[in-house]
Amino acid sequence: MADDHGSTAAGTAVAKVAPASAGTAAIDDTGLVNPGEPEHRLRVTDLDPKKERLAERRVSGFFFLSIIGSILAVVFYVLFPITEEAPVESVRISTLSLGLAIALGLLGIGIGAVHWAKALMSDVELTEMRHGTRGTEATREKAAAVFTLGNKESGFTRRALVRNSLIGAVALTPIPAVVLFRDLAPAAEPNDLLRHTLWKKDVRLTRDPSGTPIKASDVTYGSAFHVIPEGLEESEHYLEEKAKAAVLVMRLRPEDLIESEEKKDWSYDGIVAYSKICTHVGCPVALYEQQTHHLLCPCHQSQFDVSDGARVIFGPASRPLPQLPIAIDSEGYLIAQSDFREPVGPSFWDREKN
Amino acid sequence: MTTEAPQKPTQSGGMRFTNAAANYIDERTSISGLVKEVGRKIFPDHWSFMLGEVALYSFVVILLSGTFLTFFFEPSMTEVHYEGSYVPLKGIEMSAAYASSLDITFDIRGGLLMRQVHHWAALLFIASIGLHMLRIFFTGAFRKPRELNWFIGFVLFILAMAEGFTGYSLPDDLLSGNGLRIIDGMVKAIPVAGTWVSYLLFGGEFPGTEVVPRFFTVHILLLPAILIAALGVHLLLLVINKHTQFAGPGRTNDNVVGVPVMPVFAAKAGGFFFIVFGVIMLISATFTINPIWNYGPYDPSPVSAGTQPDWYIGFADGALRLAPPHLDWIIGGYTIPMGILLPLVVLPLFLAAVAFYPFIEAWITGDKREHHILDRPRNAPTRTAIGAAGVTFYAVLWAAASSDLIATHFKLTIEGVIHGCQALLFVGPVVAYLVTKRVCIGLMKKDREIALHGFESGRIVRLPGGEYIEVHEQLSEHERWRLTSFTDYKPLMIRPNAQGKITVNQRLRAVASKWFFEDRIAPVTKAEIEQSHGDHH
Repeated sequence: MADDHGSTAAGTAVAKVAPASAGTAAIDDTGLVNPGEPEHRLRVTDLDPKKERLAERRVSGFFFLSIIGSILAVVFYVLFPITEEAPVESVRISTLSLGLAIALGLLGIGIGAVHWAKALMSDVELTEMRHGTRGTEATREKAAAVFTLGNKESGFTRRALVRNSLIGAVALTPIPAVVLFRDLAPAAEPNDLLRHTLWKKDVRLTRDPSGTPIKASDVTYGSAFHVIPEGLEESEHYLEEKAKAAVLVMRLRPEDLIESEEKKDWSYDGIVAYSKICTHVGCPVALYEQQTHHLLCPCHQSQFDVSDGARVIFGPASRPLPQLPIAIDSEGYLIAQSDFREPVGPSFWDREKN
Repeated sequence: MTTEAPQKPTQSGGMRFTNAAANYIDERTSISGLVKEVGRKIFPDHWSFMLGEVALYSFVVILLSGTFLTFFFEPSMTEVHYEGSYVPLKGIEMSAAYASSLDITFDIRGGLLMRQVHHWAALLFIASIGLHMLRIFFTGAFRKPRELNWFIGFVLFILAMAEGFTGYSLPDDLLSGNGLRIIDGMVKAIPVAGTWVSYLLFGGEFPGTEVVPRFFTVHILLLPAILIAALGVHLLLLVINKHTQFAGPGRTNDNVVGVPVMPVFAAKAGGFFFIVFGVIMLISATFTINPIWNYGPYDPSPVSAGTQPDWYIGFADGALRLAPPHLDWIIGGYTIPMGILLPLVVLPLFLAAVAFYPFIEAWITGDKREHHILDRPRNAPTRTAIGAAGVTFYAVLWAAASSDLIATHFKLTIEGVIHGCQALLFVGPVVAYLVTKRVCIGLMKKDREIALHGFESGRIVRLPGGEYIEVHEQLSEHERWRLTSFTDYKPLMIRPNAQGKITVNQRLRAVASKWFFEDRIAPVTKAEIEQSHGDHH
C-alpha cells in the first residue's frame, strides 16, 4: 500500500499481532519514499513586528466591533418597537435592525478569533502518532478475562434455564407499550368513517366558504364552483368533514359531456359535481382548465378529464375522482341525490370491500 | 511555543486566579488528565473538513433559537379567533398553533427573526450534512475504522430530515397542512395497516386535533434526544479514531499532521461557530423564509399552484410525481396503490444503499487494514462514479419535485417535464457513472504523466538542430508524493478455498471486484521515474 511507505514500519499499529488482510490491495513496492514535511514558511507577522502589531490591532478591532453590535441590538430593540399603526412595516424594521446588530456582534467575535489564529498563533504543523483503534493484546486479554469471570461467577451460560427465561422476559416487556399506544386514536373503526361524508339525499350544494346555496341557473358554461355541503359550518368536526366533502361543480355543454349509462342521471343539465380530493394522496384538485375541461392537482400534477367521468389522463393518480350525483330542488337549488357511492380520497387497503 | 505553561503561580493576579480555579476543579474532577490527553491533540487542516463543523454549529443555533420559540409557541389545534396585529387575518378562525406562530411573528420583537434563524439554520444543517456526507464518500473516509461512524452519520441525516418535516408542520398553516395531507395519503397506501396507522397518527380522521401537539413532542423532545445522543457518539468516535488527512509529504497512515487543539484549533473552531451563527443571523435579518402569514390557516379545500415542499423533502415528493398513472393493483379485493408504494420502496432502498455502502466496498476489497489517508476522488474511479450516479439519481428526483415550476419557467409542457424526468431517472445515473469514471481515469493518467515527465513550463527552446521544444519542468519531491501516493487495488482472482471449493460468495466478490478495479491505473514507481529521467531533459 502506497500510503505506508513513509512510515518506518509498513502497515498500521494493529499489524503487531497479525497483519490485517490487505484484501485485493496491490502492494507493489513503488520504491518512492515519503519526502517528509516541507520546510515551514514564516508569515509576514512572524517576520515583521510592525505587521504583527497591525494584526493584533485588527483582531481587537473585530472584538470591539462585536461589542458595538451587541450594544446596538439592545438599542434597536428599544428604538424600533412593533407599532399598532404599521405592524408589518415595524416588524420588518425591527427584524432587520436587530438581526444586523446581532450578526455584527457574532461575526466580530468569529472573524476576530479566526484572524487571531491565522495571523498570530503558531502555525507550525505538528505530528502526532496514531495507534491502532483495536486495543492492545494485553488489554483485550484482560477484557476477555472480565467476561469469562463474569460468566463463571453468574453462571450465565451454565444456567441455561435462567438465561433463556430472562431473554424471553426482556423480549416481552415492550408488548404493554404496543397496547398502550392503541388509544392514540378513538375506538371507532376508521374504515367506516372513510366511506361516509356529510353528503346525503337533498343536502344543498353551497359555496365554499360562504355557505350560500347555488342555483343551477348560476352555474354558467365554463365556470367552476368550490362547493361544501350545507350545514358543514355547524358540524362538530368541521375540518375532518370538509377534508372528505369538498366538491367541485362545473357546467359543460351537453355535447362535450361523455356519460356512462349508469351515471346518466347523476348530472343536471350539463352540471357535474366531482370530489375535490385527489385520488392520489388527497390534495385538493383545485385547478380547472375550462377550455379542455381538465382538472389539475397542484401537488403532484395528476390530471382528470371532467368531460369523461373525471378519468385520469396524466400523473400518478390511479382512479377517477368520485362523482357526486346531483339534482335540483323545487326552488332550483342544486342538491345531492345521495352520498358519494365510493370512498373519496387516496386509495387504502380495503377500499373495495364493504 | 510547544512548551507547557509554567505550573507555578506567577506574579500576575489573573494567573493566580486561573491557577487557583484550575486547582479547585481538578481536585474535584481529575480534569487535568483529560486536558493532558486532548489539549494538544492534533487536527489536520483542509477546507472540506469544515462541512461537518457547519452542521454541528448550525445544530447549536437550532437548539438556541428553537428554545426561544418554545417559550411563545402554543402546540394546540384548539380553534381560536385571531386577534393579533396582522390585520388581513383578524377575526379569522384558526388553530392556536397558527395564531401563536403569527403572534411570534407580529407581536414579539425579534420573534420573526428567531423564526427565520430557526428555519435558515435548519436548512443549513441539512445542507451541510449532505455536503459533509458527500465529502466523506468521495474521499473514502468511511473505510475502516470509520464504517460505524458513517452509519451513525447517516442516522443523523435521517433524523435531521425528520426534525425538518415535523418542525415544518407545527405552524399549521395552509402549506404545512397540505404536506401532512400528502403524508396521510402515503400512510394510507401501506398494505393492511395503512388506514390504522394514519388513524393512530392523527388521533382519528385527518386532520384531527392531535397531530400538532404530537409532532411538537416528537420535534422538541424525542428526535432531539436521539439526535444529541447519536451526535455525541459521532463526535466521540471522531476523537477516538482521530481525524483523517489527505496524502501529502510527511503524512502517513500512522500519523496525524496538523494544528493542536490548544490554542489554534480551538480558536479557529470557536471562531467559526460565531461566523456560522453570524452568517445565519445575517441571512435571517435580510431574507424572508416561510412567510406563513401569506398562506392562511390550514383548510383542506384551497391550495395554491406551485406548491413545493422544503427542498430537503423534494426528492421524496419528486418520486411521488414520477410514478406512472393507473398503478392501483386490486388483488383479491384488496387495494395495493403501487403508484405510492413504488416510491415508498425505491427511496428506502436508495437510502439503504447509502447507509451500507462502506460495508459493501469493504467486502469487495477484502481490505481489513485501517485507512487514515483520504483518497483523492479520482484515485477511486469506480467509487466516485457510483457516487456521481447516486447524486444524479437524487438530483433528478429533487428536480421532479419542481416539475410544475420548471414547466412554467421554461415554457414546457408539464407532461414533457415529467416524461423527461422519468427518462433521466434511469439514463442520468448511467451517463453520470460512465462520464465520471472516464474523467477520473483521464485525471489519473494526467497525474501519472505529470509525475513522470513533469509539467509544461511554457518555455519554448530552439534546439541547435532548429527544432522547437517546450521545456518540461520536473515536480519537486513533495509535489510528486502528493500525486503518486494512493491505495491501489487489483481485481480479485478466484481461488479455491481450503476445502478446494469456489464458493458463491467468492464468485460474487470476483464479479464485483472486476467491476470495481478492472480499469486500473497503477501508481508510478521509482524505477519508472528514473527511466523517464533518462529519456527526457
